[in-house]
Amino acid sequence: MAFEGLSDRLQETIKKIKGKGKVDEQDVKEMTREVRLALLEADVNFKVVKDFVKRVRERAVGQEVMESLTPGQQVIKVVKEELTDLMGGDESKIAVAKRPPTVIMMVGLQGAGKTTTTGKLANVLRKNHNRKPLLAAADVYRPAAIQQLETIGKQLTMPVHSEGTEADPVDIAKNAIEKAKEDNHDYVIVDTAGRLHVDGELMGELQRIKEAVNPDEIFLVVDAMTGQDAVNVAQSFDDQLDITGVLLTKLDGDTRGGAALSIKAVTGKPIKYAGMGEKLDQLEPFHPERMASRILGMGDMLTLIEKAQTQVDEKQAKELESKMRTASFTFEDFLDQMEQVKNMGPLDEIINMIPGANKMKGLKNASFDDKQIVHVEAIIQSMTKKERQDPSLMNASRKKRIAKGSGTSVSEINRLLKQFEEMKKMMKQMSNTKGKKGKGMNFPFM
Amino acid sequence: MSFFKKLKDRFVKGEEEQQESTSQNEPKNESLEEADSFNPYTGEAYKGGEVVYSKAEEEERLRKEALEAEGKSLDGETETYEDKLDRLSVPSEPTDEANIASKFKKGLEKTRTSFSTKINDLVAKYRTVDEDFFEELEEILISADVGVNTVMEMIDELEMEVKRRNIKDTSQVKEVISEKLVEIYYGNDEAEEVEGLNENPDGPTVYLFVGVNGVGKTTTIGKLAHRLKSEGKKVTLAAGDTFRAGAIEQLDAWGERAGVNVIKHSAGSDPAAVIYDGIQSAKSRNADVLICDTAGRLQNKVNLMNELSKVKRVIEREIPNAPHEVLLVLDATTGQNAMSQAKTFAEATDVSGIVLTKLDGTAKGGIVLAIRKELSIPVKLVGLGEKVTDLEPFDAHAFVYGLFADMVEEFDEDEEENQA
Ligand SMILES: Nc1nc2c(ncn2[C@@H]2O[C@H](COP(=O)(O)OP(=O)(O)OP(=O)(O)O)[C@@H](O)[C@H]2O)c(=O)[nH]1
Ligand SMILES: Nc1nc2c(ncn2[C@@H]2O[C@H](COP(=O)(O)OP(=O)(O)OP(=O)(O)O)[C@@H](O)[C@H]2O)c(=O)[nH]1
Ligand SMILES: [Mg+2]
Ligand SMILES: [Mg+2]
Repeated sequence: MAFEGLSDRLQETIKKIKGKGKVDEQDVKEMTREVRLALLEADVNFKVVKDFVKRVRERAVGQEVMESLTPGQQVIKVVKEELTDLMGGDESKIAVAKRPPTVIMMVGLQGAGKTTTTGKLANVLRKNHNRKPLLAAADVYRPAAIQQLETIGKQLTMPVHSEGTEADPVDIAKNAIEKAKEDNHDYVIVDTAGRLHVDGELMGELQRIKEAVNPDEIFLVVDAMTGQDAVNVAQSFDDQLDITGVLLTKLDGDTRGGAALSIKAVTGKPIKYAGMGEKLDQLEPFHPERMASRILGMGDMLTLIEKAQTQVDEKQAKELESKMRTASFTFEDFLDQMEQVKNMGPLDEIINMIPGANKMKGLKNASFDDKQIVHVEAIIQSMTKKERQDPSLMNASRKKRIAKGSGTSVSEINRLLKQFEEMKKMMKQMSNTKGKKGKGMNFPFM
Repeated sequence: MSFFKKLKDRFVKGEEEQQESTSQNEPKNESLEEADSFNPYTGEAYKGGEVVYSKAEEEERLRKEALEAEGKSLDGETETYEDKLDRLSVPSEPTDEANIASKFKKGLEKTRTSFSTKINDLVAKYRTVDEDFFEELEEILISADVGVNTVMEMIDELEMEVKRRNIKDTSQVKEVISEKLVEIYYGNDEAEEVEGLNENPDGPTVYLFVGVNGVGKTTTIGKLAHRLKSEGKKVTLAAGDTFRAGAIEQLDAWGERAGVNVIKHSAGSDPAAVIYDGIQSAKSRNADVLICDTAGRLQNKVNLMNELSKVKRVIEREIPNAPHEVLLVLDATTGQNAMSQAKTFAEATDVSGIVLTKLDGTAKGGIVLAIRKELSIPVKLVGLGEKVTDLEPFDAHAFVYGLFADMVEEFDEDEEENQA
C-alpha cells in the first residue's frame, strides 16, 4: 500500500517484539528497513534516506525501551528527533537590510509558485511586519506573467514595477530598486521567470540580476510535491546562486513532502515559509516538527500524545473507549468530549494531527470549525436528557423546539444528527481496527 | 530478435532514412515550413485564409490596425510577441517515428546521460550480477521516481530473469533492464503502440485538460493548438481557468501565438459557463477541435474536484460522447504524489490520458510506469520545453530508447550472434 504511515509499517515488527524488554539488533534492522521504505515513499531522496537510516540505526541499537512507550514508539521517537534535528528549528525570519530597501529575489523551476508566493510574502511583510513592499515583474518570458503579477498587486493594492517584456530582467530589477528608494518602499521582491537549473543561459541571467542588485535574500521556491530530483534542483540553484532560504509551496495538498527533507539535507539552508493554498493570505511560517511528522505519515502524533496525556485522565479515557466499542456513545459524552478537546486547541488542528484523518470519510466531509462548536454546544444543551441519550427520539416538533432554544435552524440540527451518526460509525470502525492491531492509543475525544 | 536490435532497427535506421528523405523531398519540406511560419501579427501566415476570427476578435483586430496606423500601440507588452515568436517558434517537424526518437533523444539528453552513465558505471563496477548490483540498480530506478514498490517488483522479476537466462555478466543485463521497463509500462496487453488522441468524426472533438497547479496545462494547450492548427484543423480554446491571476490572459496569449480562437469570460466567472460558450462557439464555427483549459487544483480539495466534474458534465450534455479526451497533466518533477493525483482526477473526470511535462529537465517522471500499470492510464503526450513546438506524442519504446540511447547505439550485433 502506498502512503502507509511509519507507525502502520512498524506494527508487524512491534508485534514480534512485544513483551521483550529490549530491542535487539535484528529488530532494529527490521524497523529501520521500514523507516527506509516509509521515507522513500514520502519522496525523500534515496541518498538522504541512506545516511539517515544509518544514523537512526546507530542510535536505536541497544536502546532501553522506555516504560511508558512501546519499542515501536521508541523507534518512531528516535526517527522523529533525528528528522526534526535535520530539518532545523523554526526560521521564519526575513533579512532586513541596513539601508533600505531590503531586496528579495524569488527563483525556482517553472510552475513552482514564485509569482503567487511573491504576492503572499509581500502580504506577510505588510500585515505582520508593517512593511511597504514593492513587487518587481522580472519574468519577461512566460506569456502573461507580468499581468499575473499585476493582478496580484491589484488584489493586494500594492504597487508593481514592470517594464513590459522587451526590457532586460537585470534592468527591471535595478530600476525597481531605484523606484523603491524614490517612493519609500522598504522591501523589493523580484519575481523571476521559472527556469531549469541546467539552463546555463537563464541561470546566468539570475547571476547577473544577483550581481546587479545584491539581494539580501534569495529564496528558492520549491513545490512540495517534488520527487527525487529535488536534491539536484536545490543543489544546483544553491551552487550557482548561494540561496539564503527555501519557500515550500502547495503544502495544502496531500503530498508527504519528503522533498523538504532532501533540500534541507543537501543545502543546509532553512525552509522559511510554507504555501498553504492559492490565496494570497495562505502563507505560514514553516514548522520543521510538523513537517517531520507529515513525512512519516503520522500526523503530528507525538504532539497529540503529549496533549492528550496532559488533558485527559486515564480513567475517563478508558470509559470512553469501552463506550465507543459498544457504540453506546451519547450526545452527553459528545458534549463532555468537546469540552476536553476545546482545552487542547483549535479543532481542525487537532483533526489534522490524527494519522489518516484526511482519509476518513466521516471526517473529510464533516468540517470542524470552532464557531460551529459553539452552535453544536448550544444545540445539545437545548436537548432534554432523554434526547441526549437517545437521538432516535428526535422528530420534527422536537427539532423545532431545539432550534428555537439554541438559536439555530432545523437543518443545522439535522446536520449535527447526521454527523453524530457518522462519527459513531467511525468510532466503531476505529476501535475495531485498534483492537485488531493492538495499538494502545487513546484519543480523548474518540 | 533481441530487444535492443528491435529498437535499433526501428529508431536508428529510421533516423538515417529520415535524413535521406529530407534531402530528397525538399519541396515538401519547404511547404511544411511555409505553412507554419505564420505570425499572428504580421498577417503573413494568413495566406491560406484559414484563420477565422470571431466577431469580437475581428473587431479587436481592426481596432488594433487602426491604432497602429495612427502610430499608437495598444499596449507595450503585446508588441513584443513578434520578437518572441521569432525566438520561440520553430517550424514544426513531421512526427514520424525516427523524428520522435531523435527529439526524445535530444529532449532527454540530460536524463539519458545521467541515467545511462549510471547504468554503465554500475556495469563497470560490478563484473558479476550479484546482490550489490541489484541494490544499486534499485537505487538508480528509485532516483527516477519509479516508486519503491514498482522498483522492488521489477528487481524481483529481473533477478528471476537473470537466473532463467543464466546471465552472469553485467553487460548483458542492460538489455533485460530496458526490456523490463517497457514491459512494465505495457503490462500484458501486447498493444505496444503509440496511443494517439481520440477524435470525433462528426466534429467537434473536445479535449478537457485537468491537473494540479502549475504542471503545464495552459502551456500544453497552446502547444497542442499549434500542432492541430498546423495539421489544418480549426481549433477553438476555452479559457476555463477563471480563478488564477492572469490565467485568461495567458491562454489568450497562447491562442494568439497559435493563431486560434479563444473563448473567454471575465475573471471570476463560472468556468462551466465558459466551457458551455466554448462548445456553442465551436459548433457554430464548425471548429474541428475545442480544447478546454481549467484551473489547477490539488486533488484533495473536494469542492474543486466537484466543480471539475460539473464542467465535464456540461460537455457530456452538449456533445454526445464528449469529451473525447480528458488529459491529466503531470509534471515529471513530481514524485509519488502523482499517483494520488491520477487516482483522484480519474475518479472525478474519468481521465483518458496523461501529458507528462517538463521532461527537458533532469527529472524522469518514472511514476508514469506505476500509473500505467496500476490504473491503466496511458501517457499520450510529453512536454519537452516551453516553446510552441516542444510537444511530442509519447512512445514508450522511444522513451526507453531515450534513456538507453548510448547503450543501444553501442550495441554490437556481432556480439549477439556469437552468443546466440
Ligand atoms: N494549492 C496551492 N497552489 C499554489 C500554491 N502556491 C502557488 N500555487 C499555484 O501554483 C500555480 C503556479 O503558481 P505560479 O505562482 O504561477 O508559479 P511560478 O513559479 O511563478 O510559475 P512560472 O513563473 O511559470 O515559473 C498557480 O496555479 C498557483 O495558484 C500553494 O501554496 N498552494
Ligand atoms: N521546461 C518546461 N517548462 C514547461 C513545460 N510545460 C510547461 N512549462 C512551464 O511551466 C510553467 C507552468 O505552466 P502553465 O501552463 O502555466 O501550467 P498550468 O498547469 O496551466 O498552471 P495553473 O493554471 O496555474 O495550474 C510555465 O512557466 C511553463 O512555461 C515543459 O514541458 N518544459
Ligand atoms: Mg511566475
Ligand atoms: Mg493554467
